[in-house]
Amino acid sequence: MTTVNLNSPQVEIREHRLGSITGYAGSAAELAGCSRSGQLRERNRSFSQCLGCSTSNAACTVILIQDAAVISHGPVGCSGCLHEYAFTYRVNGVHRGLEHPTQRRIFSTNLEETDTVYGGERKLAQAIRAAHARTGAKAIFIITTCASGIIGDDVEGVADAAEAELGVPVVAIFCEGFRSRIWTSGFDAGYHGIARKLIHPATRRQTDLVNVINFWGSDIFSPLFARLGLRPNYITPYATVASLGESSEAVATVQICATLGSYLGAALEQVHGVPELKAPAPYGIKATDRWWRELGRLTGKEAEVETLLQEERAAHLPRIRELKALLAGKSAYVTAGAAHGHALIAVLAELGLKVRGAAVFHHDPVYDSGSAESDSLQAVVQDHGDIPRYNVCNKQEFELVNVLMRERPDLLLARHGGMTLWGAKLGIPSLLIGDEHFGMGYQGLVAYGERILEALENDEFVTNLARHAVNPYTDWWLKQDPYLFLEGAAGDPREPGAATASPSPKGALPS
Amino acid sequence: MTGIIEQERYTCAIGAMQTVTAIRRAVPILHSGPGCGTMVSGFFERAKGYAGGNTAPCTNCGENEVVFGGEARLRQVIEGSYRVLESELQVVLTGCTAGIVGDDVGQVVKEFQEAGKPIVHVDTTGFKSNNYVSHAHVVTAIIDQYVDRYADPAPVRSSGRTVNVFASLPYQDPFWKGNLSELKRVLEGIGLSVNLLFGPESGGVAEWRRIPQAFANILVSPWYGLEIVQHLEAKYGQPFYQFPHIPIGSNETSRFLRGVAAFAGLDPVPVEAFIQREEQAFYEEIDSLATFLLEFRYGLPGYVHVIHDASYVLGIAKFLLHEVGIVPREQFIVDNTPEAFQADIRAELASTSSKRTIPVTFDPDAGLAQAAIRGFAHPGRGLLIGSGWDKLLAQDLGLDFLSASAPSPYRLVLTTGYLGYRGGLRLIEDIYDRVLGTYK
Repeated sequence: MTTVNLNSPQVEIREHRLGSITGYAGSAAELAGCSRSGQLRERNRSFSQCLGCSTSNAACTVILIQDAAVISHGPVGCSGCLHEYAFTYRVNGVHRGLEHPTQRRIFSTNLEETDTVYGGERKLAQAIRAAHARTGAKAIFIITTCASGIIGDDVEGVADAAEAELGVPVVAIFCEGFRSRIWTSGFDAGYHGIARKLIHPATRRQTDLVNVINFWGSDIFSPLFARLGLRPNYITPYATVASLGESSEAVATVQICATLGSYLGAALEQVHGVPELKAPAPYGIKATDRWWRELGRLTGKEAEVETLLQEERAAHLPRIRELKALLAGKSAYVTAGAAHGHALIAVLAELGLKVRGAAVFHHDPVYDSGSAESDSLQAVVQDHGDIPRYNVCNKQEFELVNVLMRERPDLLLARHGGMTLWGAKLGIPSLLIGDEHFGMGYQGLVAYGERILEALENDEFVTNLARHAVNPYTDWWLKQDPYLFLEGAAGDPREPGAATASPSPKGALPS
Repeated sequence: MTGIIEQERYTCAIGAMQTVTAIRRAVPILHSGPGCGTMVSGFFERAKGYAGGNTAPCTNCGENEVVFGGEARLRQVIEGSYRVLESELQVVLTGCTAGIVGDDVGQVVKEFQEAGKPIVHVDTTGFKSNNYVSHAHVVTAIIDQYVDRYADPAPVRSSGRTVNVFASLPYQDPFWKGNLSELKRVLEGIGLSVNLLFGPESGGVAEWRRIPQAFANILVSPWYGLEIVQHLEAKYGQPFYQFPHIPIGSNETSRFLRGVAAFAGLDPVPVEAFIQREEQAFYEEIDSLATFLLEFRYGLPGYVHVIHDASYVLGIAKFLLHEVGIVPREQFIVDNTPEAFQADIRAELASTSSKRTIPVTFDPDAGLAQAAIRGFAHPGRGLLIGSGWDKLLAQDLGLDFLSASAPSPYRLVLTTGYLGYRGGLRLIEDIYDRVLGTYK
């Protein structure tokens, strides 16, 4: 059954649409085995720390569109972190050939208490008119919030009325934080809005155009694709409203991370007939070869792809072998979003590191394509073997700290802000690489290998920090099983007969 | 009621979790949707403190809590917080979900209070106010629910030379640590003891327990925080002295100290001796700088626009005009100053100079401030002091630019301060560092 329904204003959250979960402790092979077998069960945590939410992930799919404006329909705090995307847009533009990145136009309807009583629709309509008048944007996006969702504003109705009045697409994106604990549901919501309102039916096929669903990583695809006679159509950072509209005309869609592009890839295939490249993204040699060959098949460039792979091997394999020898015997721990986490595991394994474990933010048992071919966890287990301690953990720092103290890997590799701190505090060389394209293909293995060597070599900073770090976690906690608070764990206070007594917290009372 | 906001320069009520984060070994516990804590961290950046950011416990309210209420979930997360985190004070802050649903957070927290836990709760439902306002709510909640219960046995107002200081909002004022540090230094310089309450130079929660013993409170702010000192006046009979803005440089810092000294009935002789020493050191620098300011041949800014909160707009305008020679043109106050305070702030700004009128606009919609600035055509070289949002504007218009308000992604601030004698000199250094940096 398809998960794509562009007639509905809202896309279902991942928990319902894909059966995704945020709590699991076990091995990667076991978890992959549960997928598509109906055995996957969510395990809640009785204690939890701050998560991300869908609204900021939805924002990230629309703010970086060159000629768009974005309205957060909520209290002013719900757009608090969006200035970070304005920064990203500005500083990364140069890597995408944008010499003069323009100001991001980000508005808040600034809902106040009276609005929650009388509704915020009038204020939203005002905001859309103001955004239109101030920016002349080619499309205006509205991202919803907990407050606007609970008070029940008719955001779709206001958007449609404004669209009729102003003559530009006004796109309502439903991404209230409370609806999903998987913040990547926000990606789906953003793409759903774009697919509904901006991507027009194809009037022609551009046989050299390949959609690339990605973030704001460097433009590695233009030169690589040029060798095949293809061009990337980047979605959505640095795209324009017009270029997004043409994505229905492309010959194929690829994505750098199925966690990101699952929904849009499927929508483009099912609604517009643009085939989605389903093989997991090209991280690690095996995945790279598979991915490029599949691209060659989809675009009719099989021979060119073989040449490209041959050239890449010749250029990079010698150094990859050297790096493997240098990194042999080192161990690593990974914390990242789902599909990209799998990609990082593949990169590390390919470079000869032993991946001891991973804390991956959520798990999608299947992507929107419904294809087993897209199962990136299965692929990484098949390609590189099982990962013994594979934890699904949505940035729960307390679990990560506990695990890292036990595992003491030689390297922590993270993909989201805030996670490297704890590696460093424990004296573990820790690396966060923001550019998602950095590790792709053969050249990516070399690039990653060099960076890892550098991190392992230059450990003076983390060694010193470890001597002075502040640790707010209790001694008691750091001695417990890291998954104690997961539903069904032996020490879970909700379980009958839970043995662990609550400790008296040291220093909890003033002396 | 406030309208829409483009380019927000502050955040919602739950942003006051940073007020908790700024107290040593205190833990904010969020009873909110997922994402609120991340939004706050993202707004302020590099603002984790002891247990903010990813460390802060949160109920991450979902559909279930919205439909059926989140009290049971909150109880679980508070229990877990005691098991997992070391802390001396816990502050439960509610977000929009709990606020709309109407969870009885007070009742849940009371259970823990009755079990002897140093825990307080405060309604920071996002849409009810903003972090300028809710900062005061967090502070008064800690006073009413924690300080009252655990205050040292010494009687109220027993410490005749000690004052509690309420000034910079932690993190909303990027220079809060440095500013509080300088406040402490100059107040101690005239003979007072200071409860700073926030940051590395405070005595942590133990210092909070001594709040009632102070003989008075000092408020350095045009409007935010006023609720705190009024509350303490009613509660402990502590009078307060209010200075209407951040004092930057020598003139205003001396005026501030003389005001405090008169209010506190301090012996003027040592007070004047301290002021004189400070002024001498300050003007020694200005004296040697004056040649540069007057003679530099290649261009220096002659006028300034400031987009900031009321405290900084007043402080910077007065300082730059009189002590540096940069003329304040149109000023933009974007802190959502309640209307009741606006006339006083206008009067204070008008007092800057009898020779000129400095136009000022009150509106948190900074997109309008930017549009206005694009429309001006003042002669000479200009300076823009604002937030990270304004960097591109300054570039477009060829203005010198100093990032000095939140959010500030283009600038790293640790313990730098702009308050006081030393802060004034630092502001000069920072402005001309940016200006000279344009010469390549």
